[in-house]
Amino acid sequence: MILFALRRLFGFAVTLLVAAIVIFWLLDLLPGDPAQFMLGINATPEAVARLRGQMGLDAPAHERFIGWILGMLQGDFGTSYTQRAPVAELIGGRLGVTLPLAVFAMVISMAVGLPLGILAARRRGKALDTIIMVTAQTGVAIPNFWFGMLLTLLFAVTLRWLPPGGFTPWNEDSGAALRGLVLPSLALALPQASILARVMRTALVDVTGQDYIRTARAKGLTMGEAVWRHGVRNALLPVLTILGLQFAYLVAGTIIVENVFYLPGLGRLIFTAISERDLILVRGATIILVVTVTATMLLTDIAYALVDPRLRERSTM
Amino acid sequence: MRRLLSHPSLVIGLVATVIFLVIGLLSLVWTPYPIEQIDIGRRYLGPSAAHWLGTDNLGRDLASLLMSGTWTSFLVAAVAVAIGVGLGVPLGLAAVAWGGAVEWLVLRLTDFVFAFPAVIVAILITALIGPGAINAIVAIGIFNIPVFARVARGGALSIATLDFVAAGRLAGLGRAMIAWRHLLPNIMSLIIVQGTIQTSLGILAEAGLSYIGLGTQPPATSLGLMLRDAQGVFLIHPWLTLVPGLAIVLIVIALNIAGDGLRDAIDPRLRQGNPNVLA
Repeated sequence: MILFALRRLFGFAVTLLVAAIVIFWLLDLLPGDPAQFMLGINATPEAVARLRGQMGLDAPAHERFIGWILGMLQGDFGTSYTQRAPVAELIGGRLGVTLPLAVFAMVISMAVGLPLGILAARRRGKALDTIIMVTAQTGVAIPNFWFGMLLTLLFAVTLRWLPPGGFTPWNEDSGAALRGLVLPSLALALPQASILARVMRTALVDVTGQDYIRTARAKGLTMGEAVWRHGVRNALLPVLTILGLQFAYLVAGTIIVENVFYLPGLGRLIFTAISERDLILVRGATIILVVTVTATMLLTDIAYALVDPRLRERSTM
Repeated sequence: MRRLLSHPSLVIGLVATVIFLVIGLLSLVWTPYPIEQIDIGRRYLGPSAAHWLGTDNLGRDLASLLMSGTWTSFLVAAVAVAIGVGLGVPLGLAAVAWGGAVEWLVLRLTDFVFAFPAVIVAILITALIGPGAINAIVAIGIFNIPVFARVARGGALSIATLDFVAAGRLAGLGRAMIAWRHLLPNIMSLIIVQGTIQTSLGILAEAGLSYIGLGTQPPATSLGLMLRDAQGVFLIHPWLTLVPGLAIVLIVIALNIAGDGLRDAIDPRLRQGNPNVLA
């Protein structure tokens, strides 16, 4: 198991390194010279050249890349030249919105989706199954940002229970910050909970047909016990795959949903940075997103092996 | 064919999907009004005989926009899923069939692509070449590849430990043949269910990307772009938000019902429907 985890950890590092290379290379292709941008269009070529030298922009690409990686390992993501602040600080501030939002949405979707999926599979073909699946069918089909708009109309405009948008920083009023994230996380969670319910049901129905369930029944377990002790654990394999994917959707989803609620998340930081050609900031923000998603995949794979011991030993088919 | 048609949900879903497709296709040759026709004097009209769904904030005919937007959304999602299945499923199966270095490489590759959610890819492409519908196709398509690779691998892993795969190997089948003959048929249901999820997600993702301005650009339109246009006035004129949003919901539901029906129709285990096990 330890060997398996170590191998995956190595893979994690390689993935991140390649991702860093791709991001660095892609953003290097971007038109626009940061030094020129900072000095404005009236700057003399000499002044631009001098600033390029100061910013280290005239060093060869591989040197700048290595410098970037080494800096990040020490927590130094560079300095944003449009916002005149350390990139790490800027990103850190935005993560205070983006990460809680994604995590809340994940927790809500699991708390709602998994039990409903199990319930539907156990009552397969009955009225309750139909009701749950029709609800999930609808939930899957609703765009999260559109659902956010509808939630705003109902809870913020009509009922006035929650703010329609905007965000109060955690250190000013954490209650208000929390209230500001309720509607966005609900909006994000609805489609994910519906997908989770569907996948859980499909997986459980699939394993319910397996021989070991019949064996468990034959040795005297009730259907409920057999499904709970043998079925759910096996059904978790495909569900885990989806859970890993979901976090990626959620993090990406925050970028869209924060637009509905005017939240100062990572998305808006990236958008502004791109339009202002602030490459250092874009680079830092994208690599942080990439690290978040990749770390989730690593945990998913390790959880996979914990759930199914068969996967730990196998090296080939 | 008759067997397929005996599944009511499949028929309902397919018919509904086809209706939306036809509406979308029709927009290529005919819409009640040209979608670029701006008429500020006739903006925010309610539904009437002249404008079936009313007009938007620029006085454009909402029904015409809806038809054209439906086509764009379908096109983007379908091409993106084709990219995902075409590249992802072979990768996932190869990982299980060959194992070892191949599996390691496929996993790293999927991890790697996964590390870039569609929005991030779209942002990077937009920064490089500017916004457009192609960005959405490429971004969603790229994100679909590891989804299908992972699902194919996840499904095939549990199949590969079963006896009939070992029997196939003893019978002298090569790895590619085992993947093709034994693994692929047994994960078809997973791929179809995932395919429906990804098509709906494709339409939803297109909507999301266009909504934040990275996808389809005016004067063309998509359901997501209509929502972007409606965003500024949605508290005063919720109708403009409700129409395209509901269209997305209905299309995605139709696709999913069709996919579920297809799954029941194709999967042999479910068709035999061993009732004892579930009693």
